[in-house]
Amino acid sequence: MRSWMPRTLLTTVFVGAALVVALPGPALARTEITWWHALQATLGERVGEIAAKFNASQSEYEVKAIFKGSYPETLNAAIAAYRAKQAPHVVQVYEVGTQTMLSSGAIVPVFQLMKDHNVAIDWNDLIGPVKTYYSSGGNLYSMAFNSSTPILYYNKDLFKKAGLPDKAPATWDEVEAMAKKLVAGGAKCGYSSAWPSWVIMENMHAYHDQPFADHANGFDGLATTLKINGPFGVKMLELLQRGAKEGWFTYNGRLNKAEANMGGGECGIFTTSSAYIGNLTKTAEGKFAWGTAPLPHMAGFPHGNSIIGGATLWVIKGAKPEEAKGVAQFFKYLASTENQAWWATVTGYLPLTQAAVKAMEASGVYTKNPHLKTAVAQMNAGKTTPNSQGLRLGNYGSIRDAIEEQMENVFAGKKTAKQGLDDAVAKSGDILKEFAALYK
Amino acid sequence: MKRTVFRNRWLPYLLVAPQIVITLVFFYWPALDSVRLSLYRASPFGDRLIFVGWGNFARLFGDAAYLRSALTSVLFAFLVTVIGLVLALVLAALANARIRGLAVYRSLLLWPYGIAPAIAGILWLFIFHPSYGVLPYVLSFATAYQFNWFLKGWVAMTLLVVAAVWKQFGYNLAFYLAGLQAIEASVLEAASVDGAGPVRRFLAITFPLLSPVTFFLFTLNMTFAFFETFGLVHSVTQGGPGDATSILVYKAWKDGFENLQLGLSAAQSVVLMAVVIGLTALQFRFAEKKVTY
Repeated sequence: MRSWMPRTLLTTVFVGAALVVALPGPALARTEITWWHALQATLGERVGEIAAKFNASQSEYEVKAIFKGSYPETLNAAIAAYRAKQAPHVVQVYEVGTQTMLSSGAIVPVFQLMKDHNVAIDWNDLIGPVKTYYSSGGNLYSMAFNSSTPILYYNKDLFKKAGLPDKAPATWDEVEAMAKKLVAGGAKCGYSSAWPSWVIMENMHAYHDQPFADHANGFDGLATTLKINGPFGVKMLELLQRGAKEGWFTYNGRLNKAEANMGGGECGIFTTSSAYIGNLTKTAEGKFAWGTAPLPHMAGFPHGNSIIGGATLWVIKGAKPEEAKGVAQFFKYLASTENQAWWATVTGYLPLTQAAVKAMEASGVYTKNPHLKTAVAQMNAGKTTPNSQGLRLGNYGSIRDAIEEQMENVFAGKKTAKQGLDDAVAKSGDILKEFAALYK
Repeated sequence: MKRTVFRNRWLPYLLVAPQIVITLVFFYWPALDSVRLSLYRASPFGDRLIFVGWGNFARLFGDAAYLRSALTSVLFAFLVTVIGLVLALVLAALANARIRGLAVYRSLLLWPYGIAPAIAGILWLFIFHPSYGVLPYVLSFATAYQFNWFLKGWVAMTLLVVAAVWKQFGYNLAFYLAGLQAIEASVLEAASVDGAGPVRRFLAITFPLLSPVTFFLFTLNMTFAFFETFGLVHSVTQGGPGDATSILVYKAWKDGFENLQLGLSAAQSVVLMAVVIGLTALQFRFAEKKVTY
């Protein structure tokens, strides 16, 4: 035992030293760029591929993609690192954190970075909703990366079993009628949705051109009040409250938890992010057939557009000039048609440029996997108005909590739709006031 | 007690110094920093720090949701502690009997303590889950009632209580077993001779003699339910449905780490700190004096 320890240690040291010597020299000359992200499993591997491809494409910069946990964990890690003056150059932040980042004073706007380093990207080629969501005063503040929008999914096997034709519902009246038939035909869940607030409140308001918050959803100034307790919001929640009572709508929890029910083949009609296509393809394989369609419309209300979710890349202040230049070069690579078309095809996220959409059409991706087209078609068919350009709220996460809490109370029949939404608006008002007090 | 004498005056100080330094750096400093931060409205990136005095506390105690959360925590801690202790005591009394294979039973009963709260949560998730859980499936044959804890608060609460009790069970049992074994057999024999039955013996002799253990476990379980069940709530209910299972420690984490309201979250941890100081003081004050042996 006594002689074993030092010898192993010695061997380790020698092997280690040999490895260091054997490492290729030129790697040391490259400028390193750290990129913290929050995508794991398959998506995380894709992120790694992006970095590897960029690194292989040139010899000046080396992008290191590092997984830092969930979205909130990644943001917290970046905040802690920034305060300790150890921040990464680039951090991926989910849409909920957009206002936090804009107000942080810790970032370099992307348009500024590109201008400073004379790197040209055709911002007008970005698809509309992506550009407006992350722009301020017409200028892009963070680099669009992974964006998705909710779409409708339906289980073709359950439709057949219920005697329904192979056609997705186009309106909420049809959702109700079909979901009832699905349940009568033996489906465990007629209609359900993941991301309750994002899909049913945030997106449905934008999709019907209804205001979500004052000051043009926070785009013209810090939002102070939510407007979701108007006729549209009340009608939307009353419908689903009735659905929960009559059994054709099943609530399956916050975040993306309900996706387990769709993937398990229980739900006839389902709404969630378009980025769920990849997962559903895998889970439903050999079990049931499914289709996708645009979100259903509520009769009697105008058309707007669905809004996006996902995350963007923010540039943290304090990089050395050559590092900042590397970040600009990296973003140029990200925006390239080649990268965008590849990324959208392998992940199911939206292609961010019109050029990438065209390239995907030309290469036949959409014929092979028509579901990838649904979200793009839905967004291109919509109208971008002040109500559908996106949402910009301080403490957005807490607001989503406040809304989902009340949605649960309404679905459980504890409150009327109006009462629940009034309470959510009151609570959100306090949260927004707190944020405004911090950045006045 | 034997008194140790150090020849060098400074040696004892030097020997305890590392422990003191660790305590100062890892406990007192963060704790004091929380107290300081609780008096401010702070921006996530630290560029803005506005002194608000008691503002955060006023906001907390004026917030119906926070008071509800406090009530939920007390109810939760109380249920976990009482159910947990009663169950552990009964089973310890049984496991103390002289039966064949006793060692095996005891080991099996102690197992759950070795499992992390988050893992325990996932295990119970598989039992309770509305769509793929075993329990709702079995219950669906007996009743048409939907045990969906995504919507029904009391079902979610029951699930957490059961999981927490189960998780802490082995620990409670170990202490009760040790307590039972420390009771002199002669006392119980004397009572038997006087004609006391098993129930009477338990109530009049065993239970009072176990009171120090019970009191110790009471404080310990309250602390566990208040603070260490975070992983359970985080992995199973995330505080929902509505805010039915949003206990104080979960809310403090959520407001701080997900919602980035650092001052408000710090104020909540100060309140929690007061709770834990109170529980510990209670333990020190009464454990030695008021509990009869």
